[in-house]
Amino acid sequence: MSETNVGADDLHHPTKTMSVSDEVVIEINSMHKWYGSFHVLKDINLKVSHGERIVVCGPSGSGKSTAIRCINRLEEHQKGQIIVNGIELTNDLKKIDEIRREVGMCFQHFNLFPHLSILENLVLAPMWVRNMPRNEAEETAMKYLERVKIPEQAAKYPGQLSGGQQQRVAIARSLCMNPKIMLFDEPTSALDPEMIKEVLDVMIELAEEGMTMICVTHEMGFAKTVANRVIFMDEGEIIEENEPNQFFDNPQHERTQLFLSQILAH
Amino acid sequence: MIPPMLDWLIFDAAWVGDDNSVCKNETGGPIAAACWPFIKAWITPFMFGRYPESELWRIKITYGLFGIALLALLIPQIPFKKWFALFLLLPFPIICFYMYVGGSFGLMYVETNLWGGLFLTLVIAITGIVASLPIGIILALGRRSNMPVVKAICVAFIELWRGVPLISILFMSSVMFPLFMPEGVNFDKLLRALVGVTLFSSAYMAEVVRGGLQAIPKGQYEGAQALGLNFGKMMYFIVMPQALKLVIPGIVNTFIGLFKDTTLVVVIGLLDFLAMIQAGSSNPKWLGYLTTGFAFAALVYWCFCFGMSQYSQHLERKLHTGH
Repeated sequence: MSETNVGADDLHHPTKTMSVSDEVVIEINSMHKWYGSFHVLKDINLKVSHGERIVVCGPSGSGKSTAIRCINRLEEHQKGQIIVNGIELTNDLKKIDEIRREVGMCFQHFNLFPHLSILENLVLAPMWVRNMPRNEAEETAMKYLERVKIPEQAAKYPGQLSGGQQQRVAIARSLCMNPKIMLFDEPTSALDPEMIKEVLDVMIELAEEGMTMICVTHEMGFAKTVANRVIFMDEGEIIEENEPNQFFDNPQHERTQLFLSQILAH
Repeated sequence: MIPPMLDWLIFDAAWVGDDNSVCKNETGGPIAAACWPFIKAWITPFMFGRYPESELWRIKITYGLFGIALLALLIPQIPFKKWFALFLLLPFPIICFYMYVGGSFGLMYVETNLWGGLFLTLVIAITGIVASLPIGIILALGRRSNMPVVKAICVAFIELWRGVPLISILFMSSVMFPLFMPEGVNFDKLLRALVGVTLFSSAYMAEVVRGGLQAIPKGQYEGAQALGLNFGKMMYFIVMPQALKLVIPGIVNTFIGLFKDTTLVVVIGLLDFLAMIQAGSSNPKWLGYLTTGFAFAALVYWCFCFGMSQYSQHLERKLHTGH
């Protein structure tokens, strides 16, 4: 089977023996969502364990972004249960804020704050949500900026950075809050091919260190390298889920086979 | 057009003199040029209205304080800018109130009917400007709210106050308001004007700010929410700074409009800058120099408005972080 944009061989090979504990950090039970009368998510069931890396893929409009956005309440589900770190997700604002502190999210279009410098982008939430003192927040920020390999950009503004750098800053910004879970919503879809690798490298390092991750992406090489499970969604339903080798070599459902043939062909 | 204007304003104008004899031509009529001695003779009423001359030092001291604070804020090298800004926001208005009104701390009481001229214009304009921005922001947020009652109240407020001409608001506040008040309760006329002007301007400001809020991409809200920022912190740190920066041209526009609209208080008997000029030129000793008066008024208004415009552009340049 041919590789997609970034071949698995180009990526650093981590050990996939990073232990996945039994502790369930995200539990989604029979979740449904409607946009008006349009049934966008149908009976979603998912259990994510601590340290697990999950890749969600599927065609456009399949609801995969909507599904993970429900986890940190950027979207509201109408039926079913979502439990994150033991806290049930309801309309209770306090619980929502609690969950959002533990769940970091990276977006397709970065969503950095353009009127603040990179350093200010990073220290804002730790200082004002976790009440960290400024010097501690700045230390943490610089540490994560070094992790994503762009400490020299701290004083610049997002508009002065390239797409790949902005996404790495976005990842660092989420990490500054020390989240237990990281959500990625098509993090490399808006990037030029040359920049995709630098972002995926950061995400792979993160996975190696045991971060629980749910990643919506089209980067199948990344899925093969890092994922414990690959989930295929279509038309709002989870069609198939399996560990990567089985998923790619032996897709069970017709729709999965069709999707894989399209995505891996070009 | 420029050379004749310059002739009228400068070269053919009369500059020195104590009465209007220097501004008369051979036949005894007024010269076809500006009569600046008229302005000089009337400068105090134009600046301060009928405020007692012996008490003018109270106003001038507050002008001085304001000037110092403003310089401190504008000159980059001066430190402690936060303190100067806080001073202007809280203690300064209170100081001004007691200085202007008097009646306590041994100061003579000066009733607001005597306030006038540029002093009155500044009091109304600055109060209106400073109060309408926060109220406008709250109204804009309320109008965009998902809570139906809050939204309905804000929409009704905005549509009512900006749908009615300012002149009718002032007129109604002066004539109709007392009718609804119990016998003997009499709100100060200037206070009524200040409230009317502020509410009117807040409605305009609300729509300007709402335009800015609409322009902020949803991703900014989501990025803030994903980090755990609650509504208040999200608005304060992320959305409002960007929205307000976007609509600086609209905000300053509204301020400039308000500054010039203050002249309408003449309909309720308060003599602002322009009204004083008209009063001066209808005085028998200086009859016929209304044009000079208007030219002077235009110059002064233009200086203030241009100053505001220049500052706003300085602000935009300073806040520009996009590349």
